[in-house]
Amino acid sequence: MQPSPEDQTDVTRSQVKTETDVQLAEADDGSTRAYRFSGDWRSVSIHLATPKLDAFAAKGGEAGEVDLSEVTAMDTAGAWVIRRFMTQVGNVKLTSDKPRYLELMNALPEKLPEPAADKKKSGSLFVRIFTPVGNSVVSAWEDTVAAMFILGSAVRGAQLKLGRHSGVSPAAIVNQIDRMGVQAVPIILLMSFLIGAIIAQQGAFQLRYFGAELFVVDLVGILQLREIGVLLTAIMIAGRSGSAITAEIGSMKMREEIDALKVMGLSPIGVLVFPRLVALTVALPLLTIIANFAALSGAAVVAWSYSGITFSTFLARLQEAVDFSSVLAGMIKAPFMALIIGVVAAVEGLKVGGSAESLGKQVTQSVVKSIFVVILVDGLFAIFYAAINF
Amino acid sequence: MTAGGTGENGTEVILSVKDLTVGFGSNIVLDKLNLDIYRGEILGFVGASGTGKSVLMRTVLRLLPRRSGSIQILGVEYDAVSEEERMALDMRLGVLFQHGALFSSLTVKENIQVPMREYLNLPQELMDELARLKIDMVGLAPEAADKFPSELSGGMIKRAALARALALDPDLVFLDEPTSGLDPIGAAEFDNLIAKLRDTLGLTVYMVTHDLDSLFSVCDRIAVLGKKKVLVEGTIADMLACDDEWVTSYFQGKRARSIVRDDEKLVS
Repeated sequence: MQPSPEDQTDVTRSQVKTETDVQLAEADDGSTRAYRFSGDWRSVSIHLATPKLDAFAAKGGEAGEVDLSEVTAMDTAGAWVIRRFMTQVGNVKLTSDKPRYLELMNALPEKLPEPAADKKKSGSLFVRIFTPVGNSVVSAWEDTVAAMFILGSAVRGAQLKLGRHSGVSPAAIVNQIDRMGVQAVPIILLMSFLIGAIIAQQGAFQLRYFGAELFVVDLVGILQLREIGVLLTAIMIAGRSGSAITAEIGSMKMREEIDALKVMGLSPIGVLVFPRLVALTVALPLLTIIANFAALSGAAVVAWSYSGITFSTFLARLQEAVDFSSVLAGMIKAPFMALIIGVVAAVEGLKVGGSAESLGKQVTQSVVKSIFVVILVDGLFAIFYAAINF
Repeated sequence: MTAGGTGENGTEVILSVKDLTVGFGSNIVLDKLNLDIYRGEILGFVGASGTGKSVLMRTVLRLLPRRSGSIQILGVEYDAVSEEERMALDMRLGVLFQHGALFSSLTVKENIQVPMREYLNLPQELMDELARLKIDMVGLAPEAADKFPSELSGGMIKRAALARALALDPDLVFLDEPTSGLDPIGAAEFDNLIAKLRDTLGLTVYMVTHDLDSLFSVCDRIAVLGKKKVLVEGTIADMLACDDEWVTSYFQGKRARSIVRDDEKLVS
């Protein structure tokens, strides 16, 4: 264990200056055999000699002697390799003139304790195909139940015990509205302005063939107000705030803060999820209105510069094309989208386990699932509106 | 147990800190601090909370920048050597962080193999065996190998983290409060384990601790940090003889006296 000054600095992964070797020495009459170990038997260098050891171990099972006298350095890895070799060969005697190495060798166990047999069984092909399918069905059902639980607990309030005041703090809700709503305004404005402009440009380009360029106003107005406005805002908020909710709740779960709330008689869902749900439900419709205004102004700018439709013509046409039901059809969806984003984010946040990896996984899941469900619900609304001629 | 500094090469200084000054902004935490650690000893490091024990350890490990002074590890000034030599130096240090700092997405076995993979050229089968050997050496059950850190108890995390710190058989091991949060029996076992590993592997141990039992039972030398310097260093006897107010109340307080009495009873 006392390396010389040179190899203190020279021993690296690639270059090993010292020799690592083992020789089999046999007496002339063949009565005694000795394995003479020499050189540096440390973890950085044992890979040089392990093949040779394995070869010896495969060949001979005869009694002999293991001689460590010429070993210049040894650590647990080297000692273990030699110890393992001795067990493989069997019936060998250990000699060395350096008591330190003997002590190290003797401190190691003869055999590693085996862990209890693992229960992993690989079933038939049928089982292996349908196990994941079954698991995903069960987990989808569990997610639904958890979402219902969270919705219910959030409505029930922050207190677990009856007879105390609800404990909802307006300050928390206002703070969340600021973070999820007000601070999202610039990016929502910019995104919607561009979306409106792009739809208007594409619409005008295609409608030009029919000489019906003015109808681009109908196209943008109805599409944006009924579908695109609320959908893209919800997707943006799912990415922006849904991920934040999952990460916040998940890291609180990792640090046992959720358990601390429970012990104090507070409902973690009431305290943490309820303000966020309320804030989202308030903020998302408002953001949708802002998004609609931004998209229509983007469309107006493009219509004027690309197709020469003046602002007054644009507004007059818009008034004819869009009635109040179009605006309402989009706006009604916004609170539902907000609830979906908040509940999915909370469900995923509470699923976070102990590791950093699971936090990342659940945040991803949260965003992916909430966007998927938002689009699904948007489709259901479209079918519903069509059925009732709204 | 042999006292440090009397081995065959006992005077070799393995870590030498000279005139170290560390500060954050206008706040000087350590001012011209000097400290030597000799090969094969277990140095206990104590000091009131907030005096900079962790700052010193983190500065020695180069996790924090220093204002001035030199730190020589194994006779080498870290900043003055080449990249390859630094790697060789890193291999010879092991660290047990206060809360384990095990990688939460890897199993215990994989955690132990991280430094092996990085620095060594070993077949997977041998690395598995070595990881199981380390797990056995630190007194963990073999089943712990395939568990994730979140499935372990506090004491098991400390042991697993120690196994990872020992993965490359380092010369110098830093332990940050290794026995905090363990029950007295577990803490005593941990102390014995460290002493045993020191004796068999020739480790040098730098231990930040507040556990008076550890200080009395396994530490060869104790250094006390206070007033931005090492106030006093030496054996338990030196600590008891020191007349600094903090040192007196620490080593001769009610809790310490009962341990001293027990020791005397055992001796007589």
